[in-house]
Amino acid sequence: MNHDGAAMVEGVRKEDGLIALRGVTMRFRYQTVLKEIDLTIRRGQTVCIIGESGCGKTVMLKLMIGLLHPTKGRVEFDGADVASLSGPDLVKMRLRFGFLFQMAALFDSLSVFDNVAFGLREHRVCGEQEAHRIVLDRLKEVGLPAGVESKKPAELSGGQRKRVGLARALAINPEVMLYDEPTTGLDPIMSDVINELILQTQQTKKTTGVVVTHDMKTVTKVADRVVMLYPLSRLEPGESQVLYDGPPEGLEDSPDPRVGQFVRGEAGERLREMALQRHGSGR
Amino acid sequence: MAVVPLEASSKPTEAPSTPVTRLGEQVFDTVAEVGDVARFSILTIVWIFRKRPRWSVLVPIFYAIGVKSVSVVAITGTFIGMVLAVQAYHQFAMMGLATRLGSVINISIVRELGPVLAATMLAGRVGSSMSAELGTMRVTEQIDALSALGTNPIYYLVVPRFLACLLLIPLLTLMGDFMGVIGGAVISTQVLNVDSFAYWKHTRDFVDSLDIFAGVFKSYFFGAAIALISCHRGFNSKAGAEGVGRAATEAFVFSFIVILFLDFVLGLLWNSIYSAMYPQSEGLL
Ligand SMILES: Nc1ncnc2c1ncn2[C@@H]1O[C@H](COP(=O)(O)OP(=O)(O)O)[C@@H](O)[C@H]1O
Ligand SMILES: [Mg+2]
Repeated sequence: MNHDGAAMVEGVRKEDGLIALRGVTMRFRYQTVLKEIDLTIRRGQTVCIIGESGCGKTVMLKLMIGLLHPTKGRVEFDGADVASLSGPDLVKMRLRFGFLFQMAALFDSLSVFDNVAFGLREHRVCGEQEAHRIVLDRLKEVGLPAGVESKKPAELSGGQRKRVGLARALAINPEVMLYDEPTTGLDPIMSDVINELILQTQQTKKTTGVVVTHDMKTVTKVADRVVMLYPLSRLEPGESQVLYDGPPEGLEDSPDPRVGQFVRGEAGERLREMALQRHGSGR
Repeated sequence: MAVVPLEASSKPTEAPSTPVTRLGEQVFDTVAEVGDVARFSILTIVWIFRKRPRWSVLVPIFYAIGVKSVSVVAITGTFIGMVLAVQAYHQFAMMGLATRLGSVINISIVRELGPVLAATMLAGRVGSSMSAELGTMRVTEQIDALSALGTNPIYYLVVPRFLACLLLIPLLTLMGDFMGVIGGAVISTQVLNVDSFAYWKHTRDFVDSLDIFAGVFKSYFFGAAIALISCHRGFNSKAGAEGVGRAATEAFVFSFIVILFLDFVLGLLWNSIYSAMYPQSEGLL
């Protein structure tokens, strides 16, 4: 099922897998969220990670960029162990990533312009004039009207915030874009706009993409490959947490019924469990 | 029929929670927390020397922390001076020592009340709001966004706040001292009719610049503690409005406890240094 091929030869790895999770286990104080995950993402690929809320999708993105470190196993980026990076190497690695956070995570105290310019200025990527041009270009690319750059994030709508977040991530010309639920909380039209922007980024900038989502429209539109995670607490002992890893077309035909249920949005088993629990507690 | 994994059975069985295990956990948590604050403090100090924050970041924070605290410190300082005068007057007047009021009020203010009050006001006004601000940033992933953009959050968020508290609290303390001294003097000499010349003469006999310095010296530690505790609380805020609110409250409570603790320890330390330098006077230790 792992169509990236477990039989990858050492040495080819570096070129083949830009991001690699090797036997990654992530434990927080009270729960284990990810268990022995193996995942290799190739350069240029766009991978959608799907799965229900709380199954560890955001944690996985944060592991990739080194905001979290695995309890066990290792995360590699371009052949380097992410956990071992520090100082200038860590900064260099971070700047090869763009991260669109779930609620955009714009800096409240800064204007839209300063938000988008943040990475450029902080690392003196270019002069102030050049930065000015890049910021306005990026804002235009994500379809925001002129004049928005002087506003504060609090004055924007959800869809506008997401687009500013995207512009901020793209300003530093990343090789890899990480999107955390880019369409969650947006109306269908704005969702489509965002999907379109993801597609556009992927095509014009040739970025590698990891898109965490439970929006099947996003999956069909942007994914080359889909990985489905399942919450560890619901897994039978011995099962892999990755229920599906393959092209988006194969999702419906997956032999695992839980994949189809997720794709079609059927609660199925869960409703029966809830009824059972209600019944149990009523006794 | 399929086995339905219920919540309880799908988790490993945990040790039963008894008062002893809970106490153990509490102790363990406290030790871990203190260790974490220490690590956080060391990182902050390392970053101060590694890279100077930009002026465009520093100036608004210095303004918010320093300038906006002046009025509240001035007002509380004035009232404390006035209250001290009113409360102490009768006892002293009964013994015929009303003119000694000057030394008692002023030494209390510059050595203890000025620094502690300025610190308490800073913890209440600035500490809890810093903690809520950083807590909101944590919860809305803005702190993660900083890291993702290659900027260290301690460098960008904590260092400026730490520097502002550290460098401005002595000024606030002096301001509080000054207003307290004025407040006490006005009430004593104008309202309670203590002889003004004697009031100031006793003050000059008993309060010297070393006493003022003792207060200012302590205030540096208070300022550092407030900044580090409040920022640390904010950075570790739990999700939701409740989590952020709790971070703000805890920032104040912890800062206040640490201020009083430091006040005690630094008082002892100061006395022993003083008695070592001037052996004829007796110290506490
Ligand atoms: N920093 C953290 N500390 C403790 N638990 C966390 C932390 N981050 C995430 N978790 C837990 O990990 C689980 C998965 O979270 P997340 O990856 O955000 O889920 P999702 O798949 O919805 O993005 C959740 O139960 C969450 O409570
Ligand atoms: Mg998430």
